[in-house]
Amino acid sequence: MPRLSADARHLVAFTLNGRPVKGLASPRILLSDFLRHEIGATGTHVGCEHGVCGACTIEVDGMLTRACLTLAVQVDGSTLRTVEGLAPAPDRLSILQAAFRRHHALQCGFCTAGILMSLDAFLRETPEPDEAQVRDLLSGHLCRCTGYTPIVRAALEAAADLRKTTRETAHA
Amino acid sequence: MLDMPRDTADGWVGRAIERVEDAALLTGRGRYLDDLGVKPGTLHMAILRSPHPHADIIAIDTSTAQALPGVAAVLTGADIARLTTSLVVGVKAPVQCWPMAVERVRFVGEPVALVVAEDRYVAEDALDLIEVSYRSRHAVVDPLAALDEGAPLLHEGFPRNLASDRSFRYGDPEGAFARADRRVAISILYPRNSCTPIETYGLFAEYDPHEDAYDVLANFQGPFSIHAVIARALKVPGNRLRLRTPRDSGGSFGIKQGIFPYIVLGAVAARVAGAPVKWIEDRLEHLSASVCATNRATTLAAAVTADGRITALDFDQVEDCGAHLRAPEPATLYRMHGNLTGAYDIRNLAVRNRVVVTNKCPTGLNRGFGGPQVYFALERLMQRIGVELGLDPLEVIRRNLIPATAFPYRTAPGALLDSGDYRATLEAGLAAGRLDDLMARRDAARAEGRLYGIGFAAVVEPSVSNMGYIATVLTAEERRKAGPKNGAQATATIAIDPVGSVSVHVASVPQGQGHRTVLSQVVADVFGLTPADIKVNAEMDTAKDAWSIASGNYASRFAAAVAGAARLAADKLAGRLARVAAAQLNVPVDEIVFAGGKLCARDNRANALAFSRVAALSHWSPGQLPDGTAATIRETVFWTPPELTAADDEDHINSSLCHGFIFDYCGLEIDRDTGAVRIDRYVTAHDCGTILHPGMVDGQIRGGFAHALGAALLEEYAYGADGSFLTGTFADYLVPTAMEVPEPVIVHTQTPSPFTPLGAKGVGEGNCMSTPVCLANAVADALGVAEVRLPLAPSVIAALIHGAEAPAPAGARALAAPHAGGAKGEKLMRGAGKAHVRAAPEAIWSMLLDPQTLDSIIPGAHGVTRVSDTEFRADVTLGIGPVKGRYKAQVALSDLDPPNAVTLGGRVDGNLGFGGGSGRITLTPDGTGGTDLSYTYEAFVGGKVASVGGRLLDGAAKVIIGQFFAALARKAGGGGAATPGLFARLFARLLARLAALLGGRAP
Repeated sequence: MPRLSADARHLVAFTLNGRPVKGLASPRILLSDFLRHEIGATGTHVGCEHGVCGACTIEVDGMLTRACLTLAVQVDGSTLRTVEGLAPAPDRLSILQAAFRRHHALQCGFCTAGILMSLDAFLRETPEPDEAQVRDLLSGHLCRCTGYTPIVRAALEAAADLRKTTRETAHA
Repeated sequence: MLDMPRDTADGWVGRAIERVEDAALLTGRGRYLDDLGVKPGTLHMAILRSPHPHADIIAIDTSTAQALPGVAAVLTGADIARLTTSLVVGVKAPVQCWPMAVERVRFVGEPVALVVAEDRYVAEDALDLIEVSYRSRHAVVDPLAALDEGAPLLHEGFPRNLASDRSFRYGDPEGAFARADRRVAISILYPRNSCTPIETYGLFAEYDPHEDAYDVLANFQGPFSIHAVIARALKVPGNRLRLRTPRDSGGSFGIKQGIFPYIVLGAVAARVAGAPVKWIEDRLEHLSASVCATNRATTLAAAVTADGRITALDFDQVEDCGAHLRAPEPATLYRMHGNLTGAYDIRNLAVRNRVVVTNKCPTGLNRGFGGPQVYFALERLMQRIGVELGLDPLEVIRRNLIPATAFPYRTAPGALLDSGDYRATLEAGLAAGRLDDLMARRDAARAEGRLYGIGFAAVVEPSVSNMGYIATVLTAEERRKAGPKNGAQATATIAIDPVGSVSVHVASVPQGQGHRTVLSQVVADVFGLTPADIKVNAEMDTAKDAWSIASGNYASRFAAAVAGAARLAADKLAGRLARVAAAQLNVPVDEIVFAGGKLCARDNRANALAFSRVAALSHWSPGQLPDGTAATIRETVFWTPPELTAADDEDHINSSLCHGFIFDYCGLEIDRDTGAVRIDRYVTAHDCGTILHPGMVDGQIRGGFAHALGAALLEEYAYGADGSFLTGTFADYLVPTAMEVPEPVIVHTQTPSPFTPLGAKGVGEGNCMSTPVCLANAVADALGVAEVRLPLAPSVIAALIHGAEAPAPAGARALAAPHAGGAKGEKLMRGAGKAHVRAAPEAIWSMLLDPQTLDSIIPGAHGVTRVSDTEFRADVTLGIGPVKGRYKAQVALSDLDPPNAVTLGGRVDGNLGFGGGSGRITLTPDGTGGTDLSYTYEAFVGGKVASVGGRLLDGAAKVIIGQFFAALARKAGGGGAATPGLFARLFARLLARLAALLGGRAP
């Protein structure tokens, strides 16, 4: 493990949504701040800075991670996914994102990025979830606008759509 | 692309189309305040806050902070008082209200100083270098205790902490009570809570010294009457305060009204620093010091006939606005003034309204705004009337509802209820939600001995506030002096550009509700276009946009007022466009229809012109406009409803324009062992007038329901009796997750408002008014109890089932009722225990009195120095949970009985909090050369560490005390195994002074 000087800024390079990015970070800079203000990936939001609200959830090397509880220097060399990487193209939405829009699963949208990241990972591992599983997964996130039910419905419908897509791909 | 068929016969309004806002928000392309980036050279502000609920500021030394490289400016309350004027106070009293403490702090979290630095991290470093000396005062937390003779006084200008005391009388309440068969009364305490948006406050501020002008971008939500308050505080005319809002907001629910004191601070900071300044509030700042709803103590009595008909109500409300009466308070108390008789036909009313100040965070807008407090009393009373008279509570509601034939109905205190059929909505709700089934489930559960209850609530949900209602806090005489206030100006602007495309601008400052989508529907219908053709901008800029004091996002005014104003503006333009088209198509104006992107003759659709061509004419060829027809380039409409008149001399006030109706009921079961509530079914029937977008209406209902569920079952801004703030994280202030929020059964009826352009009424706040009391009524029904307090945490319900709990173990803390004690009522940790050390009492005694020994055994000590034989000082670094800090500790020994016993007392102070305590240690020889130590202690904590580390303190105390005795045992020559738990629990006073994080004042 490299020794880092508290007074110096260190080069932090990683892969973000498939592209190499880098920037300078002093050792105490939070990954959430670094992503947003140094790299410019402002889709990841900060709601509490103590790991409870879940708004800053991202994927680091395949693991769901609270960016607000991670230091930027910890992800040097890692592979990160954030909400900006979910859609298949700039003018399209992913199946999950589209389900969110159909079900009005967001209002202010501030917590949404973290929820999408958690659900995206969850649906890959749990392609046939029931409502209880979805609610359990969502309990790591706070949403103050929706009352959660529309998010649950969007997640369940997205799971069904994803299964259909997988089948169609398999048959093609 | 949105999937929207074109050319619908029914129009776009009323359809749950997908929101235009969503794609950006779902893909990380939001434009929230902190996403916008800053001008190069922007500096960052951080705020030092009071750890004390009530104290005089003796001195502030900012010199070390000023000297830190990267720091541009440090300001204290004295600077703010010099550079600004006091914020206006909503009542007539010789009281000032500063955005930063001047000479005295009055609540935990109150700003004491600010730092502007090159980045936020450096700014926070500098906060730690500011030294503030305080002289602690007694604090008062309870609003009723605040009124007591001799209670600690917050403001000299508010004798007995009373900011306002007004009594009102409508009809003949005394006569009605005298004639009544029964008098039924209830006393309630409504707790403090907040809707806590996930995005906190944020702002950028810049100052131009040559024009003496401020430019502020903030996630402020309105009302823009506050613009006048800010400009006045900054000592500039309104046109020298440009206030802008970003496109997206991460929720508000009223809370972001409360950013305005920080706008003043940020603006002054930018002025002094000579550079743009940015500030983003953190979550602890938000929870401890943004704003929250008022807590209220209410006694409510009803005069009732034998068959349950209410003939009079008598309210005595004591409103707790916290440490300062900030604008627009005491509006929370008066927002519902016209609606104090709820959904009921009650002609006689007496009201006493008192507003008190206490050592808690100042209050402000919060979803429901005054409604939850009023209806918790009123609807609990309805349930009690049923119980006390032996009637079905539902029947009591039915017998008192305002009849459908009575609308528009003028309530006793003056509200003009616009429309409704309350009985029909109630019956529709009962049918759709199957009350009979819930009744059967209750019978079955009770037959098995389970605790099952059913609750009801009927409420009138006001929307579109009268800007004049707040003046009801003044006497008629004071109102005459102050000048008339009434109305609620809504505004919308529609512009057509040179290619004929349509833009809409409103000053509604949406906070996630989807205003842009609804406006595109409304305007598309008028012009025969699709929502995708209409571009809506809802960003706000007071320097360029049409706005007025009622602009902004509050009082559920969007659908009723703002969307209506947009409709009126579109209608005006459409009238002129029709004249242009009529001239060119050679048909009478009244035969022109807008459909399918064209203006055409009603009876010959082929005789048509493209909308864009007609719309662009005013740009390209104004000469071709028909005589007397004005251009169609831009139309701004201001609309204020004439029904919103000022309060009359008898204090009648039509406090809001629209009044929706909600009837809620639920069945719930309580776990007899744990006290946990399980909601079996929740039914909420609404009449919010014409529904513009069903998806968004249901979204508002669900969201309000979730907030209300939190308020009912989980949430409270908890304060210790000493004024320490105890819920500074989302691990302490618990809000509902997906596990706690069931899906309510939503039922709609629609009675259009005759007073609004679209027939719509507000809908966003109603469940915050109806749901807490509906759940409480069900709990009361399940347990057969009369007194129910929120939040109904399992511990509270368990106490209702099993009686009060035995005293909690030391350090434990109940959610709703923090333990308190001590000379000033501080939150206490108490404990006692034993330990064993392999050294004689004399040896331990000398170690305890020796600075060098203490230095080596006190966890985190940097240096213990002896001040006198019995006094020590130390610097200590300690971490509890996420909170690591440095403290100065002072320790004094007293009641010395060498080598048998000693009392240790002390206090600690640091930037993360303060603490203190005392304890007595007794040393007894064990007969084999060792010593049995026994100890008792009391300790207190305050400041940040109590707010964010409260739940960890007990465990941390054990660890730290354990470390101390382990080190003592080692130092004494080895061994010293003690009972781990007891060992660990040695002195909190040592903990307090030595360990330092903890602590309060020496008793």
